Amino acid sequence: MFQYIIKRLGYTLLTIVIISTITFFLMNLVPGGPFLSEKSPSPAVLEAMNEKYGLDKPLGVQYKNYMLKLAQGDLGISIKKKGRSVNDIIAEKFPVSAKVGGVAVGIAIFLGIPMGAVAALNRGKFLDNGLMFISTLGIAVPGFVVATSLMIIFGVKLRLLPTFGLSSPLHYILPALTLAFYPMSYMARLMRSSMLDVLGQDYIRTARAKGVSEFTMLFKHALRNAILPIITYLGPLLAYVLTGSFVVEKIFTIPGLGGEFISSITNRDYPLIMGTTIFLAAFLVLMNVLVDIMYKLVDPRIKLK
Amino acid sequence: MNNKELLLDIKNLSISFFTPSGEVKAVNDVSYHMYDGEVLGIVGESGSGKSVSSYSIMGLISDPGKIVNGSIMFNNHQIDKMTEKELQKIRGKEVSIIFQDPMSSLNPVFTIGHQISEVLKLHTKLSNEEIKKRSIELLELVGMNEPVKRYSQYPHEFSGGMRQRAMIAMALACEPKMLIADEATTALDVTIQAQILELMVELKDKIGMSIIMITHDLGVVASMCEKLAVMYAGRIVEFGTVEDIFYNTKHQYTLGLLKSIPKINADEHERLIPIEGTPVDLLYPPEGCPFAPRCEKTMKICLTQMPGYTYLSDEHYSACWLLDKEKFEGEKGE
Ligand SMILES: Nc1ncnc2c1ncn2[C@@H]1O[C@H](COP(=O)(O)OP(=O)(O)O)[C@@H](O)[C@H]1O
Ligand SMILES: [Mg+2]
Repeated sequence: MFQYIIKRLGYTLLTIVIISTITFFLMNLVPGGPFLSEKSPSPAVLEAMNEKYGLDKPLGVQYKNYMLKLAQGDLGISIKKKGRSVNDIIAEKFPVSAKVGGVAVGIAIFLGIPMGAVAALNRGKFLDNGLMFISTLGIAVPGFVVATSLMIIFGVKLRLLPTFGLSSPLHYILPALTLAFYPMSYMARLMRSSMLDVLGQDYIRTARAKGVSEFTMLFKHALRNAILPIITYLGPLLAYVLTGSFVVEKIFTIPGLGGEFISSITNRDYPLIMGTTIFLAAFLVLMNVLVDIMYKLVDPRIKLK
Repeated sequence: MNNKELLLDIKNLSISFFTPSGEVKAVNDVSYHMYDGEVLGIVGESGSGKSVSSYSIMGLISDPGKIVNGSIMFNNHQIDKMTEKELQKIRGKEVSIIFQDPMSSLNPVFTIGHQISEVLKLHTKLSNEEIKKRSIELLELVGMNEPVKRYSQYPHEFSGGMRQRAMIAMALACEPKMLIADEATTALDVTIQAQILELMVELKDKIGMSIIMITHDLGVVASMCEKLAVMYAGRIVEFGTVEDIFYNTKHQYTLGLLKSIPKINADEHERLIPIEGTPVDLLYPPEGCPFAPRCEKTMKICLTQMPGYTYLSDEHYSACWLLDKEKFEGEKGE
């Protein structure tokens, strides 16, 4: 197990190197630059700025310098946010996104899994159809529609929940619900089909023949097996939801990492683009390692290699 | 004639599955009884109702299925009148079952030890240490080497034969009065099959239980069973001692089954003789004898009326119009 974790961390580093290399060159291929906007600065100013941020050097040299700093964990200084280091910005924005995302993951798991299980147990009945209708909506309707609908219903019409910023726990509800809707629906469907599959398995019949109660059969013998596909989905889910969604952060004016990532691109803030991309990639890979370990804990047949 | 206790008494049992396409009459008017310590074989081709009729003894008929008629008395319980909660107390304790496929019948995410202990936890008041000790004893009892190590292994670390041994250990944990072996050896290869059968007979004598051996292979059960029930289309078409069935065969379907047993000293070229025709559609069972369309000796009456049982002795009976004909002709000749 320990060996496995070391090995996976090694692969994670390799992934980071590859991703930063690709991002670095692609980013420089895109026309434009950090200092080009409506009112272009004079050539002299431009030259001074380029020199200050090292953008006057050949691309190869720039790449080498960046990677050397990256090796020390230094993601550089933002160009657009005067004097702030990229490390600093991520350290400030990520927790904001992660908090909203964490609530969303919680909602998705604690509603999605029971929804799927209940639907499976009531297969073909009214409850099943109702739950599957909701989950179809959750998968088909885009995030901004969900967000604005929730805003109109709970914020404007019913005046129950705030729709702006994150100043109280109540403020988390709408953005977290918006974020949770898709993964909750997806997990409900996953859980339903997985549960139906498991309930038809011979070992469930064996459990009944032993005299276990309906409750034990469901929550011990069936759930532990049915949950396996959900765990696989948990890796990408955690990574995407915890690092923030541009749409949700924009609509609910949440100062998170998702919004920062998009604006860094429109601003051509090279160090910030690199920093956020690398952070997101590393986070995704790490979540997948975590999921593999969880998988191993639930299913003894899995061998971590 | 015998002073053994009646353990199981099934009377006029009919079970149907109410599916979207209609009522599947899986078991029709089945009656038989068993005494303490007896071994009964139930034979018949796949789909003839062997499993469904036996599962009903533990109240294990799942959803679209219902007992539509008849009664089941087992060990002084009226099974067909019991609630799910009451049935749970009997399952695994007074009656156990071993299923066909040992590969899929054990839960892959729990250790073998855990799965055996679970039965003991459910039905006994033993302490945790005692349960562990007993589980390891059980593994030893079913002939596993290194039982302590096996205890904490998972099903995927076991071979098919070993898994079936684990299933037997689980089934026998509470020393039940009755063991149902539903094609328990069909999925195993021949040598393992023999070992498992031997193990079951040996343990039966140790524990003093009864066994229902379900199989579609008459050859397998002949040596183990005292009595045989031959099922076709959800009915018992012939019932009797092994001698009755093998040497005084009365039903044409039984005859067909006997012909299809592979002979040990058979020539390579000597083929098995399968019974011609297709099994009955239980959604639309025929009016007359269900075997009539495949029978070599079909008469007019066979197609329109269901034959009743003819008793050749107390323990040997069969449902076939030919027997009535014989009887009728016999009476005429007298
Ligand atoms: N869940 C079910 N739904 C519908 N029909 C069923 C179900 N289970 C069993 N049957 C029907 O009951 C009949 C008897 O099945 P079974 O007892 O399993 O046969 P056997 O064990 O002799 O092969 C079969 O025709 C089968 O189609
Ligand atoms: Mg069967």
